[in-house]
Amino acid sequence: MQRIGVFVCWCGSNIAGTVDVQAVSDALAHEPGVVFSTNYQYMCSQAGQNMIKDAVAEHKLTGIVVCSCSPRMHEATFRKTAAAAGINPYMVEIANIREQCSWVHKDMQTGTEKAIILGKAAVAKVNLNTPLTPGESPVTKRALVIGGGIAGIQTALDIADAGFPVDIVEKKPTIGGKMAQLDKTFPTLDCAACILTPKMVDVAQNDKIRIFSYSEVTDVKGFVGNFDVTIKKHARYVKEDICTGCGACTEKCPMKKVPNEFNLGMDNRSAIYIPFAQAVPKVATIDPNYCNMLKNGKCGVCSKVCAAGAIDYTQKDEFIEEKYGAIVVATGFNPISMDKFDEFAYNQSKDVITSLEFERLTNAAGPTAGKLLRPSDLKHPHTIVFVQCVGSRCDACAEKGKEYCSKICCMYTAKHAMLTRDKYPDTEVYVFYIDVRTPGKNFDEFYRRAVEEYGVHYIKGMVGKVTPEGDKLKVQASDLLANKQLHIDADLVVLAAAIEPDKSARPLATMLTASMDTNDFFTEAHPKLRPVESPTAGVFLSGACQGPKDIPETVSQAGAAASKVIGLLAKDKLTGNPCVASSNELMCNGCSTCERVCPYGAITYENKEFRMPDRTTAIRRIAVVNPAVCQGCGCCTVACPSGAMDLRGFANSQIIAEVDAICK
Amino acid sequence: MQKITRDQLIEKAASLLANGTVSCVLGWQKGEFDYDITPAVFETEDELKANFVWNDFCGANFSKYLVSKTKKCEGKILVFLKPCDTYSFNQLLTEHRFDREKVYAVGIPCEGMADIAKVKAIAGDGISAIDCSGEKLAVTTIYEDAPVMIDAKDVLAERCVNCKSKKHVAYDELIGEDGDVIDSARFDEVAKIEAMTPDERFAFWQNELSRCIRCNACRDICPACTCEKCVFGNPNSSLENKSPANSFEEKMFHIIRAFHVAGRCTDCGECSRVCPQHIPLHLLNRKFIKDIDSFYGEYQAGAEVGSRAPLVNYTTDDLEPGEVFERGDN
Repeated sequence: MQRIGVFVCWCGSNIAGTVDVQAVSDALAHEPGVVFSTNYQYMCSQAGQNMIKDAVAEHKLTGIVVCSCSPRMHEATFRKTAAAAGINPYMVEIANIREQCSWVHKDMQTGTEKAIILGKAAVAKVNLNTPLTPGESPVTKRALVIGGGIAGIQTALDIADAGFPVDIVEKKPTIGGKMAQLDKTFPTLDCAACILTPKMVDVAQNDKIRIFSYSEVTDVKGFVGNFDVTIKKHARYVKEDICTGCGACTEKCPMKKVPNEFNLGMDNRSAIYIPFAQAVPKVATIDPNYCNMLKNGKCGVCSKVCAAGAIDYTQKDEFIEEKYGAIVVATGFNPISMDKFDEFAYNQSKDVITSLEFERLTNAAGPTAGKLLRPSDLKHPHTIVFVQCVGSRCDACAEKGKEYCSKICCMYTAKHAMLTRDKYPDTEVYVFYIDVRTPGKNFDEFYRRAVEEYGVHYIKGMVGKVTPEGDKLKVQASDLLANKQLHIDADLVVLAAAIEPDKSARPLATMLTASMDTNDFFTEAHPKLRPVESPTAGVFLSGACQGPKDIPETVSQAGAAASKVIGLLAKDKLTGNPCVASSNELMCNGCSTCERVCPYGAITYENKEFRMPDRTTAIRRIAVVNPAVCQGCGCCTVACPSGAMDLRGFANSQIIAEVDAICK
Repeated sequence: MQKITRDQLIEKAASLLANGTVSCVLGWQKGEFDYDITPAVFETEDELKANFVWNDFCGANFSKYLVSKTKKCEGKILVFLKPCDTYSFNQLLTEHRFDREKVYAVGIPCEGMADIAKVKAIAGDGISAIDCSGEKLAVTTIYEDAPVMIDAKDVLAERCVNCKSKKHVAYDELIGEDGDVIDSARFDEVAKIEAMTPDERFAFWQNELSRCIRCNACRDICPACTCEKCVFGNPNSSLENKSPANSFEEKMFHIIRAFHVAGRCTDCGECSRVCPQHIPLHLLNRKFIKDIDSFYGEYQAGAEVGSRAPLVNYTTDDLEPGEVFERGDN
């Protein structure tokens, strides 16, 4: 039999104003197992906690019920108090008589009645509580960062800076991501490459960081602190450690008509290529879809010209298995496809481009060497129309586009408009917008400069149709403020396409058992208080995979994710939550129902030998819960048909005792 | 009359025993009467020839027996499966309840099984012998010299009248021809009960379930009830030997059991077959199947191995509890 102490908190007048605390402590004093019952103004205060400690010593308490605020608020506090008083912390139960009682009732009588019932339920539960001890698991002191854009780069650098080894897995032949494709960055207009490429070099030179480029994660097993990850390194047909990146092969390669993805297909590259001059690792990669040698065994020019002898046509995909303590997802974003937006004539005219294409057109390393020329005839455009929110903030019912705001488009469009006017003052620039959203340091000032200093025509309204006619693009739009229709003959139309998570994110989420929202953005553990952690322990989020972000926000999130990883890797052992599921092997049928409903992959099966009542041995399949992976959600306990699965600290018998106490 | 004969089955079993494919055979043998056929394990051809039975009373579904028999039998065990039995067979495999490698399953066609209660209603009590080998059942009683001739169709068990499938969904070998899944009227009876007012319905079940003597036959025969330790027999479950506090709690055994097998019940109808009090227990399970079909799309437990039952699967298209509530029960 337990010896339970009941401690009713007034919470100033928060509880005592609506609940007769004296009546509650008196009523609960007569519950089975209760040997001491009292009330006090602030139980969570030093004096209140000492009251609990003294009562434990004086009345030899084995269990504690605190009738106070939500357990989310002070359960941890009172558990610590219990531990300090020499009681197992899991012998403490909280009856929430504030949020679930005093705050929702006005009448003292009903409030008191309910508080007593809630207290009785907690007492009934403590009567069945057992001391629980959290398990421990070791931590592999290495982190994996999936994605080598600015988010992944910053996270990796920060983790490495704390002294932990980090691996970056990047599916493209080089790290750098989207930021490497940008020209200037808002609102300071410093050049993206100038601030990114030094970081890329830092990554390459950091002896704590390994880069697996042209690679992808194919399998993830294990749990926080102990992930087993399989990485597939695609054959690049070039020996990475030998290639010097001299570029001789790319010059001599006879197959030069391959659309250059780095310039979004606006120019061509060779079949053997280095994505861009500052690529890291700076090694060549052969595109097997275009290489004549790989396709039909005829050519071999690159092998002949390579002074280092790095070409290897027989290279095969390689699988690497590695252990990690933490995983950071930094898979980034892509602009959505414009195929469904026929009204803007993206697929009919070369001169309708996306904003990312515009970045390449104005970039010194781009297809036009930085000169703003129209893709169709390489003439200087004199009238440019920017269309914002293309596919962003769409109607939920619309088949195309996204419901959310892509967040970065207002600012980069202002940047494009401003830079165009700055470099080419003879160009008329129109921007069509729904709203201009500029919350950010120096953002609104930046946008206003575009309007006020650079004379960009900002027009509230959407473009209805773009029709190519001759060498012009007829733009039909509405000006909502002037309430009139506009017709503009444009030379170039730039679409601020919505951004969406990278396609690789969904299968990755499945592998990681990390949750996603309906738009395939990774979900954070708490939208405000745990923004860089995934609900899956040991998996962290960095950058646009979690939601649309600009560079400063991405970098701050990357640093935050890194600090969480460092916090995890700094530990030698992880203390688990003892309130996890466990299977009673004598009752388990091994039917696999629990495994199927477990969202964390915490349940496996083993064949175990049992001594049967008739003195034979039988091998039975039984469920085994990995307490380090189990998050204690309880799905398995309700799905288990044989009642073998139970949750420690929330056993079925305890819940029933609570219900019985309430319904009595 | 069944299309395949006892001799065909014995021949098949004997040859599989002889060539060492299997070491024992799960089959039927005569009980005290011709109509209370009992499951049995045969190990030799002689045993088969002496005691093996195959006729219109071989309703027993052997799938559940495999759970314990595969652990006891050295080598493979031969099991004869009627189409409806194969669903239970698959469902048990889905739940990893026996080792598929230890079973040699022979699918056999079934023309429907007879319900002895219906036979007795026609021929009367005191049945001394039933011959199923002719076109009609020849039922001899101790009161008449000449046997009463009964058309098998008139005495088909309810589950066979509403047969859901003549198709075998699992077997290693098939004797005879395979049939099709049947679009049966099995949910009509459920619909009749659904159409009652809540009071009528309560009275209906009160009347049926009050006859229950808690013999546990329905649980013991049910292929979905294979728990190592049943809650009703577990001293730690708070349900063991619990005396009913009121006339409603009396029914909890069957209600708990219906929930227990929900989504896993293949509607084999064994519960109602073995009930000595003739309670139509299968209707409780069938109501669940009907609801699952209408809430989550058609799902037949045991149609394939490894399928995820809707109740333990989550999709974003799942019905919200509110929609179920609004659908209401009158």
